[in-house]
Amino acid sequence: MTNAMTSLIPAATSLSIANVLAGALVLVSFMMMYQDRISAVINVLALQAAILGFAVIWQAYIQAAPELYITAALALGFKAVVIPLALHRIVEKLGIHREVETVAGISLTMLAGIGLVALSIVVMLHTAAHAEALAREDVALALSVILLGMLMMVTRRNAVSQIAGFMSLENGLILAATGAQGMPLVVEISVAFSVLIAFIVIGVFLFRIRERFDTVDSTVLDAFRGRLR
Amino acid sequence: MSNFAHDAAIATVVIPAVAAAVLTVMPGWRLPARINTLASLLTVLAAAQLLLQRPPPTSLLLIDDLNIVFLLLNGFVGFTTSLFSASYIAHELETGHLTPHYLRFYHAMYQVMMVGMNLALITNNLGLMWFGVELATLSTVMMVGIYRTEASIEASWKYLILGSVGIALALFGTILVYLAAKPVLGTGMAAMQWTNLVQHAAPLDPDLLSIGFIFLLIGYGTKAGLVPMHAWLPDAHAEGPTPISAVLSGLLLNVAIYAILRFKVLLAASSAAIEPGILMAVTGLISLFFAAIMLYRRRDIKRMFAYSSIEHMGIIAFAFGVGGLGNVAGLLQMMMHSLTKSAIFFSVGHVAQAKGTQQMAEIRGLTTSHPLLGWTLVAGVAAISGFPPFGIFTSEFLLITSTFARAPILAVLLGLGILLAVGALVVRMTALCFGEPSPGSNAITASTMPIFLHLGIVLAVGIALPTFLYDWFSHVGALLG
Repeated sequence: MTNAMTSLIPAATSLSIANVLAGALVLVSFMMMYQDRISAVINVLALQAAILGFAVIWQAYIQAAPELYITAALALGFKAVVIPLALHRIVEKLGIHREVETVAGISLTMLAGIGLVALSIVVMLHTAAHAEALAREDVALALSVILLGMLMMVTRRNAVSQIAGFMSLENGLILAATGAQGMPLVVEISVAFSVLIAFIVIGVFLFRIRERFDTVDSTVLDAFRGRLR
Repeated sequence: MSNFAHDAAIATVVIPAVAAAVLTVMPGWRLPARINTLASLLTVLAAAQLLLQRPPPTSLLLIDDLNIVFLLLNGFVGFTTSLFSASYIAHELETGHLTPHYLRFYHAMYQVMMVGMNLALITNNLGLMWFGVELATLSTVMMVGIYRTEASIEASWKYLILGSVGIALALFGTILVYLAAKPVLGTGMAAMQWTNLVQHAAPLDPDLLSIGFIFLLIGYGTKAGLVPMHAWLPDAHAEGPTPISAVLSGLLLNVAIYAILRFKVLLAASSAAIEPGILMAVTGLISLFFAAIMLYRRRDIKRMFAYSSIEHMGIIAFAFGVGGLGNVAGLLQMMMHSLTKSAIFFSVGHVAQAKGTQQMAEIRGLTTSHPLLGWTLVAGVAAISGFPPFGIFTSEFLLITSTFARAPILAVLLGLGILLAVGALVVRMTALCFGEPSPGSNAITASTMPIFLHLGIVLAVGIALPTFLYDWFSHVGALLG
């Protein structure tokens, strides 16, 4: 599988540790779905980023790819600590602690989520049948995390929850990228994504974006629904 | 000598990068606007150099017949837009719509956008291409929100979120392509190089490539404004400054199409399970019809032309999807659309400044009140609608006839969609340009040179399609399969 794997760890173990961490990411994505307070969503997001950090450290170790430790550090420091703190601050400033608004109900969203996970596992295990087991299962679970993140983005109206959805989507991508052994530019890509996330968070903070704009917010309505487009 | 060509290619990225760095620290706007124009001129000159001789592909750099078309078009429209931008910005500052403070990073962002797009075009590496598109997206997001109004912030937020999701899906597609390539090409950079991938396309895992292409089509399709991932496009065009509408429509959408085309070539060369052309053709047709219907309901002039861009991206995606002669038609359509649509946005930008509104109901009789702007708008709309003797007529004619020979039903559908859009555009254009002029008008100093330049080229190509252009595009078309 990997040429650099140490003899101390049998192949099956390293596979299962990677799988456990990737599976935990999927579970945490589900946890994010049923949170009804924004601050809880942010905490779950921090947990997910931390798990991603450990998953990446594990990949860096078994692939003997030291540059991946940078990606892991970004996940553990920036995405698990700095961004959640900033988001908590935004929630406080904008006073949106208790806002719960999902487009569909939570149970329906969970059902849709289960469907998406089943779909991605079936599709990826089938299509990647010839890839190595580690990469195949990693990519299948990563796709689940990506789709759950997208589901989160479309079912939540709040801008902060949308950011959480996007970051969860991005966690899935980093999982896929690090799982695809030896993929070049992974570190650069994870840095680029961190910049993008910082951009989004700063944007929300500066412009005090509370909601996705197609919702009923009277100030928004007054400002430009009167204009014909 | 080939070193020189290599340097010229690199210069298309380095010149705007240096200009961006200089512009970031430069206060004021007069000098930055000039530097912006100068840098854009140098970039297009560097790109033109590649026509004379092109460097051999390296691990990072690839210049071939396909991307040189995009690179030249990018440089040229980037340059003329910088000319228009200077006069547009001057007027916005005079009227107080923009303040120098907001304008601080405008020119730097313009050059960053050029860096991103040119990087995506000249690179031989999948990852770098993705990075270039992301860079171009982020810089345009900043520029769309420059007016700081509720509507413009909504537009840039929508663009940022949808664009980010698109870019994320494109990256997942890229990872899948890498996974498909790894067993054949080994780990590392080699498995992310175009030239390597296309050379060894046959043994690549067909299933992984197929799934990967679907993600790439959705991901980069978001950037190209293909329905149903188009929602950001009308807002970004309508609420941002008009020079940015021109480069979004004229350049950024093309770069996204370019990315999709590269992957299509890869799939065509492999034994992939799906036929990428059919997916592109269907997405294109849906975009065309959706945009054509939406055109009838627009009230905002820039928003209307944004939908017209979605319509044309649909036609272009359809053309490349059909393949064969369709590729030639697609390239020609893309080139003509970029030139015409940016010319239209130049006129529309000045019209909106002269009238102080973007609402079409409040703009009437332009040919009487502002003859020069009015008539260039008439010419622009005639060209974009595909009336002879303009170049888009040539490409659409070529597309419909070549499709008719292979799939008559598709050709009929395409023709219907185009006619539907033409109807909306002509009705609107008559109301805007003819009749009794509406009251109210500000004095403006319009820069009409870029408009005439663009429309002149479109007209010349329409009257007599140069043989070298046709041969060149046929050659590229053959590459595209």
